[in-house]
Amino acid sequence: MDSSATDGARLPPPRAGSRLCVRCGERKAALKRPKTLEQICRECFYIIFEDEIHQTIVQNSLFKAGERVAIGASGGKDSTVLAYVLSELNRQHNYGLDLFLLSVDEGITGYRDDSLETVKRNEIQYGLPLKIVSYKDLYGWTMDDIVKAIGLKNNCTFCGVFRRQALDRGAALLKADKIVTGHNADDIAETVLLNILRGDIARLSRCTFITTGEDGPIPRCKPFKYTYEKEIVMYAYFKKLDYFSTECIYSPNAYRGFAREFIKDLERMRPRAILDIIKSGENFRISTTTRMPEQGTCERCGYISSQKLCKACVLLDGLNRGLPKLGIGSTKAGARADSDGKQRTKRSERNTSSLQGKHGNFDF
Amino acid sequence: MAACGGAGAGCGPQCSSSSSAGGQEDALAESMGRLSTASAAAACGKCDGGGAAVAVAGGVGMCAGCFRTHLFGKFKLSVTSNAMVRPTDAVLLAFSGGPASRVALQFIHEMQSKAIQSWEASNSQALPVFSLGVVFVDERSVLSASLPGHEIQAAIEDIRSVVSGLSPGDKRVHIAPLEEVFSSGSDDKAARLKEVVGVISDETGRDDFVRRLRMLSLQKVALENGYTKIMLGTCASGIACHVLSATVKGQGYALPADVQYVDTRWEVPVVLPLHDCLAQELNLLCEIDSLKTQQLLDRPCSGINGLVSSFVSRLREENSSREHTILRTAQKLKPFSFNKFSANGYHDFLPSRLRPKFQNIDANECTFSEILCLICGSPFSESELLNLENTKLKAQKKIDLYTAHCCQSCHFQILPAATDMYGHFFSLLPKFWTEKVDAASASHSSLRDQIADYLLDEDDGN
Repeated sequence: MDSSATDGARLPPPRAGSRLCVRCGERKAALKRPKTLEQICRECFYIIFEDEIHQTIVQNSLFKAGERVAIGASGGKDSTVLAYVLSELNRQHNYGLDLFLLSVDEGITGYRDDSLETVKRNEIQYGLPLKIVSYKDLYGWTMDDIVKAIGLKNNCTFCGVFRRQALDRGAALLKADKIVTGHNADDIAETVLLNILRGDIARLSRCTFITTGEDGPIPRCKPFKYTYEKEIVMYAYFKKLDYFSTECIYSPNAYRGFAREFIKDLERMRPRAILDIIKSGENFRISTTTRMPEQGTCERCGYISSQKLCKACVLLDGLNRGLPKLGIGSTKAGARADSDGKQRTKRSERNTSSLQGKHGNFDF
Repeated sequence: MAACGGAGAGCGPQCSSSSSAGGQEDALAESMGRLSTASAAAACGKCDGGGAAVAVAGGVGMCAGCFRTHLFGKFKLSVTSNAMVRPTDAVLLAFSGGPASRVALQFIHEMQSKAIQSWEASNSQALPVFSLGVVFVDERSVLSASLPGHEIQAAIEDIRSVVSGLSPGDKRVHIAPLEEVFSSGSDDKAARLKEVVGVISDETGRDDFVRRLRMLSLQKVALENGYTKIMLGTCASGIACHVLSATVKGQGYALPADVQYVDTRWEVPVVLPLHDCLAQELNLLCEIDSLKTQQLLDRPCSGINGLVSSFVSRLREENSSREHTILRTAQKLKPFSFNKFSANGYHDFLPSRLRPKFQNIDANECTFSEILCLICGSPFSESELLNLENTKLKAQKKIDLYTAHCCQSCHFQILPAATDMYGHFFSLLPKFWTEKVDAASASHSSLRDQIADYLLDEDDGN
């Protein structure tokens, strides 16, 4: 076994005459399950892995028969495994879903163009139709252009805001009823922690929802909510799934901030800690009187927004007017005295940059 | 003015300690991290004529005097606004010898001496002055590294001398060995303590269990000596760590119970007056006022608790106000009914200034309806309650009831892995915990007792 190809997961080396799978008791155990540390064989791993996702889907009634479901596909491990597993489960359990892949082309040369090739191969391998929406078409800017204009600072803010909206727009174009994304348990645990560290009670209350945006036009759900990242990597590795594992060239390693590292340390010490964090997140007693931002629609593009203009329109406005700082950092800064305002903006920039997770920003 | 405030990294050149006024200040700055800017050029931002700023709090550089006033203000505000100490109270201060409890001792002593002064000055001498005692929990028997006996004795003598140096006001000092939590019947308490701690296989679970025993031991001292409040030196930094570790252990539901100023879950209510002070601030104050602290008997936290505390200190380096933010998040969660003293209606027409002093916890013990975990005292979440109800319906053995009265987190990290060990484990626990469940299930078991002779399924649980 070559463990160098895996993303952080340490696969046990094969040992001659090693134990039998604790689940079936027949075959030789081939791996130690990251979630429970049980030694099981490959076949049982596939069964457990798929069955847990199936149970998550059924217990939370994520889908109804006949729905058109867009799978947010980046070509990375999470979305590739999601596309594969969903199409398998759809077949095995007759969900009756009309699945297709939806990719966003941010326009990052040397990264997205390559990963989109992977998605195109997946389209053929899994027989799922693919739709690609691009920043260039939607906003008139590619990420390459944006980075050229604003540099490498805050570029992830633009990308995150635009991607969120692009997915929704792509799904709307294809008349999808739902979007599914490959966010896994590690991602959600990390978000819970980050929201505690930032004091963001509104996001803390909804970041553990398995389905979000149910009041909006197209709800999004996360079938991998309880699936460990390491198990996803393992599944992809054993099934030899074709995925793209390069990091974004504009998002250096540093983005896997403190919180990510902390969660990895925790997982080593107590694998169930990830599930425990999610459980805590679900059970927090958040007072119903806590003020939540009101949901409205953007005056310009009609997208959901808590402000007059949605974030994407504000950012785009800044780009087009040559004021790329517009809409970045604390919105309160403008109201304060100039010097004070500058300091605040600076501080909040620093905060966001150091607390950004691997997805740039954490608007789910 | 010290400009680097709470912003963390990226201080300007004026923040370097190049212009510091002597070696002592350098050392101070080093140990305090960014809290102390140690720039002699920066003057106190509070009092105009004051000396050089030694500390930064709330974005303002302060001289030693102002810093002290600032901290005392926070302490006093949390005492008065939460009605922590009534004039008739007997307060027991849990004292570890560390900076936080040392500062708490100093501050509560000052409040007491002021009250004594005004009592002496008043004509009627109507309002009595609260009394104060100090307890030190001796955890020698569970410390992993064995300490020479004479060093421990010296440390305890130190504590006695610190307390006796504070006058006016008599303060009793209690030394409570941790093993005393086991009822007097047991022959060798220290061995029993070692055994029950040894049964717990999870390192974090062991750590939490010992903390819990410590609280129990404080309760015991308070009850036996007629104290009406227990005061802890838990500070904002400690609470921030607890917020994260509780989250990580899946105790999100119960979390708000532990992060408030007041906790009346216990027979003797527990209050946290240093709730808003950072550990760094308390350390600094101890150095400025040369308050003697001792770390000899400190038990470093281990397992997940250790990991969390190193994570929090990394966060603090990156942004010194991060602990406050974490605390603020936790404060937005809904507290439980036992997290405040309920007002006694009779005193409602007193002047508002006096009213808080007369607030009382209800005499009735069961003012809150939450079911609490047998071991850690966490209120039960919905799923845990459901499980408990189900068990109550079909439970045959007392052990099943005991386990159903443990929260999911304790279930995992404290209860032994093998279910056949449960009986042994629960028999080792202090009676205080198990007898509550016994009382609650008394009706059930007495029914069973009546027919016990006719039951064939013998079990060791009954």
